[in-house]
Amino acid sequence: MTTELQDPRIVEYDVRTDEMLVNMGPQHPSTHGVLRLLLRTDGEIVHEVTPHLGYLHRCAEKIGENLAPPQWVPYTDRMDYLAGMNMNLGMSLAVEKLVGMELPEKAQVIRVLISELGRIASHLVGMGAYGLDLGTFSPFLWAFREREIVLDLFEEVCGARLTYSYITPGGATHDLPGSINLPPGLASLTNQSPETTVSWTDALTQFLDWLEPRIEEYHTLLTRNQIFIKRTAGLGVMSPEMAKSYGCTGPVLRGSGVDWDLRRDGEDIYTGMYQGYDFDIPVAPFDAAPPESVLGDNWCRFYVRMMEVVQSIRLVRQAIEKYPTAEGSYRETFKLATKLPADECYLETECPRGQMGFYLVGDGSSEPFRARAKSSCFCNLAVTAPLSEGFLLADIPAIVGSLDVVMGEIDR
Amino acid sequence: MTGASDIQQALKEEFGNEAISGANLEAIDPWIEVAPGSIVAVSTFLRDDERFLFDHLNNLCGSDYLQPDPKKAKSFEHEPHVEVVYHLSSFTHKHRITLKVKLPRWADDVEGQLPACPSVASVWAAADWHEREAYDLVGIRFTGHPNLRRILCPEDWEGHPLRKDYEFPLEYHGIRGK
Repeated sequence: MTTELQDPRIVEYDVRTDEMLVNMGPQHPSTHGVLRLLLRTDGEIVHEVTPHLGYLHRCAEKIGENLAPPQWVPYTDRMDYLAGMNMNLGMSLAVEKLVGMELPEKAQVIRVLISELGRIASHLVGMGAYGLDLGTFSPFLWAFREREIVLDLFEEVCGARLTYSYITPGGATHDLPGSINLPPGLASLTNQSPETTVSWTDALTQFLDWLEPRIEEYHTLLTRNQIFIKRTAGLGVMSPEMAKSYGCTGPVLRGSGVDWDLRRDGEDIYTGMYQGYDFDIPVAPFDAAPPESVLGDNWCRFYVRMMEVVQSIRLVRQAIEKYPTAEGSYRETFKLATKLPADECYLETECPRGQMGFYLVGDGSSEPFRARAKSSCFCNLAVTAPLSEGFLLADIPAIVGSLDVVMGEIDR
Repeated sequence: MTGASDIQQALKEEFGNEAISGANLEAIDPWIEVAPGSIVAVSTFLRDDERFLFDHLNNLCGSDYLQPDPKKAKSFEHEPHVEVVYHLSSFTHKHRITLKVKLPRWADDVEGQLPACPSVASVWAAADWHEREAYDLVGIRFTGHPNLRRILCPEDWEGHPLRKDYEFPLEYHGIRGK
């Protein structure tokens, strides 16, 4: 059987092949969790991809309908478990929009600081795991070394390393800590004694100072690596029209050249938090792109994330500056028994992987009548099938990895 | 930026009062109710008209309006029904609107017969998976959908978990439930 695909890498034009159904996942390491892809292949070429999801489905929406909003916060942690802080924030803001609550400046500064730090940690995993998908192990170790320090800092803030439940309706559970022992990872990287006592914000500044020059190293390791470019540039190309139609959001949308970020274009309750901060929104095409790269390919999506880390560092630095003079308390009272009005609201926030939305319908009691979590990865994953058709089997992990999906958020 | 009342006005002019059967413009997120038969035409119009250009389907979900709790039923102001909610926004004009389609809880009042709503998967590709999810969890049959199968629950799952009168299964393939 011959193929029409004129890919110079295929040398087996005359080899007779049979059509085969290949199961990739749900325990495949490069499917980012428990995603199962059913591939119809002919030789090395994939003709059809059918994603099967639901392996992590817990019906979080049904749970949310039976709990008061502050009780539902821990369940949102477990949606996108790599960016728990951002999930908490999205849900809390939706509740505050429903009850019409305004937060003091200090709570807002803490929220910006923590959620941008969460974005850095999340993109570091995205970068490291993408390297792993493509067969290079070092970026993964490097990224986790950096992320470890962020997790140590989060642990000092709220006691948890992964499922924080820190940002809750009304503000946050604690104020930022005063003085702490230097996180062990940071101490060893900067040749200091782990007994050193510093303030939490100083430890964070030291970490950012250490991280910022490292980003150039990641570019050397991945972005400008010829093997990496060969595996990503020009593959999995998504046009802006397709990205919009499929409802793709976040780095996947911006990688296709659509200039859209809810931190700037969202609703007032969310953009208000970012008033007075100076940051850019990286959108493809990039000057740094290799000649093989085209708009909307794997490389662009990856590079958007790398650039967002730089912007998040800027935002965190500005938040650190604002924090000491911010007025008000870190939280307003939001009780378990706070009644939700008989109204409804929908709010999306810009999470690391895209726009996470929460739709809440109140009925006058303290539990929402309908609680809905709209997942960004759910939409982003839907493009896997059209993007992968006609490509080589080995390109599937490169395409799925570039979408950077987390199954906990898709299955909810 | 176009306000919800302008959108409602334009839709009424285009499709008439019967197709645009209701609205709540005072809600936190104003919504416009559309008759089931007109939802595809209204969606296409909102997506393509120069004034609106709603090219992004943020969210599509179903919700079941039934209050099974007798204590809360007194203050519950909705008749039992099922809704499909569409949250739309525009990249160009940066405005948002919510559409609703109201359906009976069961088609022909026969319990177990899913109500039908025309699919908008041909208007926004994002609706494809979202409608599968609404079918799976809330039990709404989207007519004209290219591939209406369960997406989150297993294919042989019984019932639709987000229905308010859903009963948790006692057993699934030898796994004991509640």
